[in-house]
Amino acid sequence: MSEGIGAAVKRKEDKRFITGSGRYTDDIKLENQAYAAFVRSPHAHANVKSIDKSAAEAMDGVLAVLDGKQLTGDGIGNIICGWAITSKDGSPMNMGAWSALATDKVRYVGDAVVAVIAETQAQAAEAAEAVMVEYEELAVAANIEAAVADGAPQIHDNAPGNVIYDWDIGELADTDSALAGAAHVTEMDITNNRLSPNAMEPRAAITKYDAAEDHYTLYTTSQNPHVARLVLSAFYQVAPEHKLRVIAPDVGGGFGSKIYIYPEEIVCLWAAMKTKRSIKWTADRTEAFLTDAHGRDHVTNAKMGFDADGNIVGFKVATKANFGAYMSLFSSAVPTYLYATLLSGTYNIPNIYCEVLAVYSNTVPVDAYRGAGRPEASYLVERMMETAAREMGKDPAELRRQNFIKEFPHQTPVIMNYDSGDFEGNLNQAMEAADWNGFEARKAESAARGKLRGIGMACYIEACGIAPSAAVGSLGAGVGLWESAEVRVNPVGTIEILTGSHSHGQGHETTFAQVVADRFGVPLDSVQIVHGDTDKVQFGMGTYGSRSGPVGMSAIVKALDKVEAKVKKIGAHLLEEPEENIVIEEGTVKATGTNKALGWHEIGLAAYTAHNLPPDMEPGLKEGAFYDPLNFTFPMGCFICEVEVDPDTGKTEILKFVASDDFGVIINPMIVEGQVHGGIAQGVGQALLEEVVYDENGQQLSASYMDYTMPRADDVPSYDVLHHNTKCTTNPLGIKGCGEAGAIGSPPAVINAITNAIGNNDLSMPATPSKVWAALGAAKIAAE
Amino acid sequence: MQNTTYHKASSAADAAAKLSGAEDGALLAGGQTLIPTMKQRLAAPSDLVDISGVEEMRGITVSGSTVTIGAMTTHAEVASNAELRSICPGIADLAGHIGDPAVRHRGTLGGSVANNDPAADYPAAMLALGATIKTDKREIAADDFFQGMFSTALDEGEMIVSVSFEAPAKGAYAKFPNPASRYAMCGVFVAQGAGGVRVAVTGAGDDGVFRSADMEDALSGSFSAEALDNVSVSADGMLSDIHGDAAYRANLVKVMAKRAVAAAG
Amino acid sequence: MATVSMTVNGKVVAEVVEDRTLLVDYIREHLRLTGTHVGCDTSQCGACVVHVNGKAVKSCTMLAAAADGAEVTTIEGVANGDLHPMQKAFNDNHGLQCGFCTPGMIMSGIDMVNRYKAEGKTLDEAAIRAELEGNICRCTGYHNIVKSISQAAGEM
Repeated sequence: MSEGIGAAVKRKEDKRFITGSGRYTDDIKLENQAYAAFVRSPHAHANVKSIDKSAAEAMDGVLAVLDGKQLTGDGIGNIICGWAITSKDGSPMNMGAWSALATDKVRYVGDAVVAVIAETQAQAAEAAEAVMVEYEELAVAANIEAAVADGAPQIHDNAPGNVIYDWDIGELADTDSALAGAAHVTEMDITNNRLSPNAMEPRAAITKYDAAEDHYTLYTTSQNPHVARLVLSAFYQVAPEHKLRVIAPDVGGGFGSKIYIYPEEIVCLWAAMKTKRSIKWTADRTEAFLTDAHGRDHVTNAKMGFDADGNIVGFKVATKANFGAYMSLFSSAVPTYLYATLLSGTYNIPNIYCEVLAVYSNTVPVDAYRGAGRPEASYLVERMMETAAREMGKDPAELRRQNFIKEFPHQTPVIMNYDSGDFEGNLNQAMEAADWNGFEARKAESAARGKLRGIGMACYIEACGIAPSAAVGSLGAGVGLWESAEVRVNPVGTIEILTGSHSHGQGHETTFAQVVADRFGVPLDSVQIVHGDTDKVQFGMGTYGSRSGPVGMSAIVKALDKVEAKVKKIGAHLLEEPEENIVIEEGTVKATGTNKALGWHEIGLAAYTAHNLPPDMEPGLKEGAFYDPLNFTFPMGCFICEVEVDPDTGKTEILKFVASDDFGVIINPMIVEGQVHGGIAQGVGQALLEEVVYDENGQQLSASYMDYTMPRADDVPSYDVLHHNTKCTTNPLGIKGCGEAGAIGSPPAVINAITNAIGNNDLSMPATPSKVWAALGAAKIAAE
Repeated sequence: MQNTTYHKASSAADAAAKLSGAEDGALLAGGQTLIPTMKQRLAAPSDLVDISGVEEMRGITVSGSTVTIGAMTTHAEVASNAELRSICPGIADLAGHIGDPAVRHRGTLGGSVANNDPAADYPAAMLALGATIKTDKREIAADDFFQGMFSTALDEGEMIVSVSFEAPAKGAYAKFPNPASRYAMCGVFVAQGAGGVRVAVTGAGDDGVFRSADMEDALSGSFSAEALDNVSVSADGMLSDIHGDAAYRANLVKVMAKRAVAAAG
Repeated sequence: MATVSMTVNGKVVAEVVEDRTLLVDYIREHLRLTGTHVGCDTSQCGACVVHVNGKAVKSCTMLAAAADGAEVTTIEGVANGDLHPMQKAFNDNHGLQCGFCTPGMIMSGIDMVNRYKAEGKTLDEAAIRAELEGNICRCTGYHNIVKSISQAAGEM
């Protein structure tokens, strides 16, 4: 049917956004609302010697000037990382204390020290400037190498040498011996550049305290309001869980950065109780650069060995991961179970070993950003494959084809068990769409115009819907990674779906409704999706890691199964036909082989009037479900990028970008393609434009759009987005997840194209014009 | 942003009077630089005198080969003026690539010239065109006007009213934008006019807009891109930052100069 | 403080505001028209674009006082009836995801189509991409925004 699974239905949620009626956190204004402003450390590493609040306290409109000693004095707990990683030697990770307001020491520029609450935003900002903090500056480690150097400043007392953990996976001895026996070994040092997520809506929080009820409300820009409530209650002791309502209304993009619980939400909740006022805080963009969790920032040495026929025999990886000044909520899982477990890529690799050194530095905390670990793995594997092909004089497509995994399920040496895929099918589809074979003629045409043309590919694989809960628990996760849903069929037959997933751009209000419409044949408009409010929706885990499709929708399906069973029982009873003959089609409950039928609304009415239900059946028509996945899902695909480089300026133009993805079953192709477009743009951003740059003193040199290059419309091309899907075998809808793939597969495709164009493999991201120009110069010197 | 007192000026004289009466006043033209600067609390004038609506400081007149542009003429107006475009397309093209469309609707030539941002476009045009900067007190030659980054010959309280120049026989601007800010990472305006060839470079130098005597000499011999092949641009005095080092900017100066000459025809 | 009066979406409004009040704050905080957004501090993201006297401007980079007496149109006021063709085109082409940049995109889209039509120029894909320099979107990768504006250009 036209509104069901597979239909490119226009989005239900669009109308409020295109008319300016969206309701984002900063759009909300509460009665009795005051404003918070934060005094932040200008130093990357310093002891806090004293705080003089007197001038600020005396200023007009100032209600409170609050510091870290007051915060900890009131029993507010430290911010934690929720995934425990164990080092090679069996020791637990070294998590340093992170107070929402620093008490005795600051560890990055932007670390919050004092919160000022005032009647207006301007008064709060002015008073914040009047707070006098005396610092004793300490030596700074502003990057990985500085943090692990001999004599590096000690950032947390309980993390000697700034090491959080020294973890590994795979078989070292087997991998070493495979490399020793290899006919060819490709070795590369690869940096994965540090990024700022930059959701267009800056983070914001509004808090309300009801003294009579001792009840708190938090409106916040969150991807997972229930997790926020849990952490705020159980770990930070801000408020008991049943006395705290967290609402994440319309949220303007997240990309990971709005998963975590930040100091500002904690402080605003606590301050609402202290001042008995509602409190609003909205970040400006500079604050976003200084405080939103960054992504990536790996330095890696890798060796990949091949036999004489070009088969991969072993892959050995040593990665150093920068965690920034504190361990953010999911930070520890990113360079381990979301990265090293994907190092087999799409290839049959018999021996893999990876070690990861996690280190503190005097920079913003680093956590999951769109892709989270998988882009780092994909970039590494696909640059290694490309470089190896060039070194061995092999066709890069053929080297990949030769090493592809072709039988499923496939157990890799690094935990993952791939359930399905047709890697060659995606490769072939992408090569055909990109006219791979016609490249040489196009290259000659570019050369005639003085331009350098290049083509590159990447065959990525990733893992979505981290699962199952028991397995992730055994690997150190502090939470389960299931999802919940509740289906409420109302007496008039309209349907509300309460989901633990959270939409901040993904179009759940449409896609999820399509699953329901498809199931019962009811109109899409009769289905409403409810999410983002802990008072309305049962506990759920939220949206990240491309989990809303494979996990969130699976929970809905499970609840729909229960609704369907009850509807059939009611139908059989009312129609006086055997239950096995009852079918639900086009919103009608029918008995096969008869002309007996009931409208959907008649079932709803019967359930709620309860005048004539089967014996012992409870009234009502509402079912809930919790779905715990059996396995990760494994989206994969082949991306091909074609570029033209201007040798005079080093500027790269992307001429063509083809994506062939395997996402399993697709509910709404329009929305899925939109996810791929956005992911590719972020990947192109990483490859060509974006980088958070720190100087040696830990000052961010790129903390505004004047210096951090966001992809703009004229930086990116139109994309050719294709699908060659194989059904996921481990969830009921056969969905694999599509939210991150674009950002995972595109960086290596872009860089492989540029290195192909310029004839120099030694190029790091972002491949800015100046860097490409320098690499061209180096290639020229090497050739002379 | 810190508090300030806003005044709307009705004429240049009114603006001067209001400014002189202010404790620490500033002129507000299109505000596309000043307001962001105030928002970042890097500027906090006691008073703002808004001259953007002063009619006598607006508009473009072309008389023979003499072009006069009012200081409060917006970038969009300069970019879309047909008469100006036909006689001096280089400056119209330049204006059409400053900032973005919304910025061009507010930003003004006078505001840009008075600010002399080292990465701004107009200073290169003024210098290459040998423009005369007319203020409410005097006329200043462009060669004397720009005095290093963010520094000009303007006295305290002095206000640009208009600029004028002779349209060159040939003139064009080529810009390589900073990938992030889209300001000029290097912009070169070349003009071949009655007074000879002038080449002005913005964005690349570490002390703002400058003329390149070597390139002017080479182009005086032959006004062609090839004439610049043998000119070497030194990295000394070039800006170095996270977007590119001095050597890269020196390269861009030559590349953009050649492109400007080619565009000038 | 001064009374600043203007016509917003066809309605005359007057508010007593501090002189430093930005036009965007006047619109959002005083008039409570919250469709106009703020996404950066450096006049680059374009989430705040409105029309002042028929031209797109960044309302975060203009004082409310400077718009005294002006005709201002915000996203809430573009539709004449149901939806403006540009609004409809964004829905038709999936030109938005999180929706935060969308009002600014639509206001810039309308402005560019109006200008190109007035000048008799063709608004092709390259022109749309260049015209969008002052509007940043993090979700869509621009592909469907370009399609949306292209569709509306044919319908406006």
